[in-house]
Amino acid sequence: MRQYFKNIYEAIATILVGMGVTWRHLFTRAVTVQYPHVKRELPERSRMQLFVEMDDCIGCMACQRACPVDCIDIKTVRAGKEEDLGETSNGQKKRLHVVQFNIDMGKCCYCSDCVFPCPTGAIRMTPEYEFTTYDRSSLLFKFATYTPEQISELQERERKEKEAQAAARAAKLKAAEEAKKAAAKNDETKSE
Amino acid sequence: MEPLFQFFNNLFPFISDWPEWLAHTVVGVVTVLLLFGFVALFALFAIWLERKISAHMQDRLGPMEVGGWHGWAQPIADAIKLLVKEDIIPAMADRTLFKLAPVIVFTAALAGFAVLPWSQDFIPADLNVGLLYILSVSSFAVIGLLMGGWASNNKWSLYGAMRAASQMISYEIPVALALLAVIMNAGTMSMRHLVIAQSGNILDWNVFNFFPLTAVAFFIYFVASLAEVNRTPFDLPEGESELVGGFHTEYSSMRFAFFFLGEYANMYIVSAIATTVFLGGWLAPFEALNFIPGPIWFVGKAMTLVFIQMWLRWTLPRLRVDQLMYTCWKVLTPFSFAIILLIGLWKVL
Repeated sequence: MRQYFKNIYEAIATILVGMGVTWRHLFTRAVTVQYPHVKRELPERSRMQLFVEMDDCIGCMACQRACPVDCIDIKTVRAGKEEDLGETSNGQKKRLHVVQFNIDMGKCCYCSDCVFPCPTGAIRMTPEYEFTTYDRSSLLFKFATYTPEQISELQERERKEKEAQAAARAAKLKAAEEAKKAAAKNDETKSE
Repeated sequence: MEPLFQFFNNLFPFISDWPEWLAHTVVGVVTVLLLFGFVALFALFAIWLERKISAHMQDRLGPMEVGGWHGWAQPIADAIKLLVKEDIIPAMADRTLFKLAPVIVFTAALAGFAVLPWSQDFIPADLNVGLLYILSVSSFAVIGLLMGGWASNNKWSLYGAMRAASQMISYEIPVALALLAVIMNAGTMSMRHLVIAQSGNILDWNVFNFFPLTAVAFFIYFVASLAEVNRTPFDLPEGESELVGGFHTEYSSMRFAFFFLGEYANMYIVSAIATTVFLGGWLAPFEALNFIPGPIWFVGKAMTLVFIQMWLRWTLPRLRVDQLMYTCWKVLTPFSFAIILLIGLWKVL
């Protein structure tokens, strides 16, 4: 019987304690940050959207090789002998036209592995996180500044150069072969 | 209907020139529309209030966007959403009962409004058995809940409906007994006369009568009425975490909205009964405050109780089924019997 009344007393007392707690919280400042209106400052080193400073990119493809999910796609064209592409901010000479630098943020896993190998610090993570789109294809970010005409021109030039090189090499090879043949003939004639 | 008629006559004298049948019809329809409008507005406001209270008790903000100031239009947007949503009736459901259930629940809730005394003059129907009427009409809702749960042909719904039936029928007993303690003293069941009997200042209210006996009766009534309207900590019939949604699992769109509307209307009704019977209805706590009109006091007191219901909801976890029955049969019922006995003795002596 005593336990019965004790239970009732305890039930009411503890409920009042609980109501006191909720009453206090009713007037506590809410912790909610009203996101689109108020944006919380992200830490400087947040790993959000990738950004590439194309002026600093030397097209070494270190980032492409480091990427575990293959979301970076780079195409380069060798610069001509007389062409000067300038230097990067840390004094490296640029020897390649980077005609394509695509990053598919839809694939990116934000591991930051591409950032560390970059010799010039051109690729980096930014605190920018609002890049949602309605179309997955819009998540393919293109950083190269070349126009399609420039690209095709450069590629055409490279193709021609390569052809010329290949022709030269073939000619050289042929010449070497002929020289060999001639030498062999010489040998034959000698042995006879 | 007499006081209501008088009220409208004073407001619009030309009504007395109309033939009786026309006047009665018009007054009746207008009153029902007024009450329905009040229920709808109250439900919208209470939903908004509940979301805000729950949010702030959890250190959140709750709805903030719709309508500008603190999301005041959020319940309106929700209601429109419910209106235009697809109305789904499960293939194996009992269609007639399924459609009838929300109607019954809401009708029972609205019918309770017939005897609420808003002020000295405005009471839709001044029955001499007003309290008895309201108790019997509000227990109608059980049929609706049971019907909805059964017709859904879903085990969660049926569990919820069974719990609702057992819980609401059990808790009707302490509710009625707690009110009986007051009725015994006042000697009337008319809601209007119950309030008039309490006129004076705050100490003449029934809560402070036979102190502390009626105060305990008030407490018992409040706890039991929470269970009557399926509010936390007694929300077992719809316990989301164990029964998905209880009796309204299968309901969607406007049918669900009517269950909801009925629930909020019931919240107001039980608070209004407590106000009428224990807290002096439309009367001001002090004579000096009599210049504030009665309906404001009435709605204000009822809203305070509604707020306490919400406060409790966001404080307490849900009870277990056996604890629910224990509270009813082993605590509330014996205590209310004891109070009736003691008040009877006090009166006799």
